[in-house]
Amino acid sequence: MSLAAIRKVAGAVFKESVRDRVPYSLVIFAVILMAASFLMSRLTAGQDLKVIKDLGLATMNAMGLLIAIFIGTGLVAKEVERRSIYAVLAKPVSRASFLVGKYAGLVLTLAVNLGLMTAAFYLMLQYLNWTTDDWIKQGWRAPSHDPRLLVAIALIGVQLMLTTAVALFFSTFSTSPMLSMLFTLAVWVAGHFSGDLRNIQTAIDSPAAAVLAQGLYYLLPNLDALDVKNEVVHGLPIAWNAVGLGVAATMAYIGVLIGSAVLVFNRRDFK
Amino acid sequence: MLAIETEGLSKDYQVGFWRPRPYRALHDLTLAVEQGDVYGFLGPNGAGKSTAIKLLMQLIYPTSGHARILGRPAGDVEVRRRIGFLPENPSFYDYLTAEELLTYFASLFDIPAAERAARVARVLDDVGLGAERRMRLRGYSKGMVQRVGLAQAILNDPDVVFFDEPMSGLDPLGRRDVRQLLLTLRDRGCTVFFSSHILSDAETLCNRVAIIAQGRLAAGGRLTDIVGVDVLGWELVVDASPEAIARVRTRARRVTVLHEQRHALDLPPESPEAVLQILTDAGARVVSLNPVRKTLEDFFVQHVTGAAPRGESR
Ligand SMILES: Nc1ncnc2c1ncn2[C@@H]1O[C@H](COP(=O)(O)OP(=O)(O)O)[C@@H](O)[C@H]1O
Ligand SMILES: [Mg+2]
Repeated sequence: MSLAAIRKVAGAVFKESVRDRVPYSLVIFAVILMAASFLMSRLTAGQDLKVIKDLGLATMNAMGLLIAIFIGTGLVAKEVERRSIYAVLAKPVSRASFLVGKYAGLVLTLAVNLGLMTAAFYLMLQYLNWTTDDWIKQGWRAPSHDPRLLVAIALIGVQLMLTTAVALFFSTFSTSPMLSMLFTLAVWVAGHFSGDLRNIQTAIDSPAAAVLAQGLYYLLPNLDALDVKNEVVHGLPIAWNAVGLGVAATMAYIGVLIGSAVLVFNRRDFK
Repeated sequence: MLAIETEGLSKDYQVGFWRPRPYRALHDLTLAVEQGDVYGFLGPNGAGKSTAIKLLMQLIYPTSGHARILGRPAGDVEVRRRIGFLPENPSFYDYLTAEELLTYFASLFDIPAAERAARVARVLDDVGLGAERRMRLRGYSKGMVQRVGLAQAILNDPDVVFFDEPMSGLDPLGRRDVRQLLLTLRDRGCTVFFSSHILSDAETLCNRVAIIAQGRLAAGGRLTDIVGVDVLGWELVVDASPEAIARVRTRARRVTVLHEQRHALDLPPESPEAVLQILTDAGARVVSLNPVRKTLEDFFVQHVTGAAPRGESR
């Protein structure tokens, strides 16, 4: 693998995302959603900061997920389908560099997207801060532009990195983009419920199901550990240890996924 | 050192969905291409040409055997710096312009950023792409994409190029340009390995050919050995009266009336001079006299028995 080659492939992915405009239309869409929630909350109960924060974070998460799944599953599959991969793989770029470059390019795209959405989000919160009476502000559990929001957003970013790795992994061998998308979405959903899997034996009275659930719990990523939206929005303490462990586990998980994707991709025939 | 060598290269594809079974697309291919050769890799459709080239590019892995390029194993990243590859019916990113695509590929070849623009402009000139180089590939015709494919294959001033059906999708002018490009590459000392099912192209370009049919090497060698220098006969065209023609009728293998006085005579290889003498004595005027030699097509037909689907091999 060569860092220089990875950077060039990643640059091309990023450039395509800009040309494609879809990821950036999603940013605009997200900003509109956030603004709408903002206006709604002003019209109703009045300055419900929590609702605005909650919806803002959820919107960013959803938009990032759309990009990770739609673009992630197409990263390699589209090149194979269009046969543009023939010319690229005959260049002095190893298959591993190509794949890791594709991954890095989409992660970069996601980071820029999250960054733009975060900036818009903070502008809105700043405006809210200016236009709110002091007596209302006294009821806020957390300040309007709470820096802890950045933690929540960064952890959304880590979740998206994992989702992108899952999408890339499926797309290195699946011949159907639809299936890759479904599988990726399934892993994301299951990852959010994996905490429940561990405790399933208290709910179901079947040892076999309990063993299966335990197995899945260890196999699936634990995305719940990376979800601190609730704590941040409601001004509750964050369990930093659990978060740190969750990030470390997710990074290891990403490493294994990309490693397996490279192994599969290295042996693949492009017929 | 050989430019390209393969030894016992074989490839099975798995065919059949429910009960996959191997289908041998390439069988025990052993080739040696010298540096500086213009090597025609010829065969009817489905013969296994693209399979062999993809194996050389390591886009697919062999079932058995191995391949080397410039003395190193196929697929070696370093050797790829020195080769160019035109895939069959190439396709690239249609959201990029030709210039952008080639600039990206130039970066993959580690061509310094300062030189990229000039290099890209030069190869686009070499393949005859004009102002449309600033247009997105989405709007390109098949022939234009083929030219972009050729441009990206020569971007790194390669020592060996692999062209899979370089003439496909091109009009007669385009094919002439490609022939010219291949000759320029040869003059620069570049080894050219190209596949084709169009024999006339190979005949005017190659110094060596290999003929492959149904996955097996059928024949190969120096083009001069194959087409030979032996004259198989003569084609004589004359303007002569029917009486003059009657005097030589027995000496000709066939006589065809073209129009009025003009006749085409198919003469045996031995001394056409005698026939010419008789005809000119009888007041005939010679229009042309041409030797008939064995062509690559004869050779091809001889070695590819009934394997070529009719209507596609030209
Ligand atoms: N992906 C594939 N799966 C199964 N069979 C294939 C595949 N690609 C090519 N073949 C078969 O292998 C043979 C050789 O194909 P190919 O190398 O493309 O021939 P050529 O380039 O000489 O026209 C053909 O019979 C073709 O049908
Ligand atoms: Mg072919």
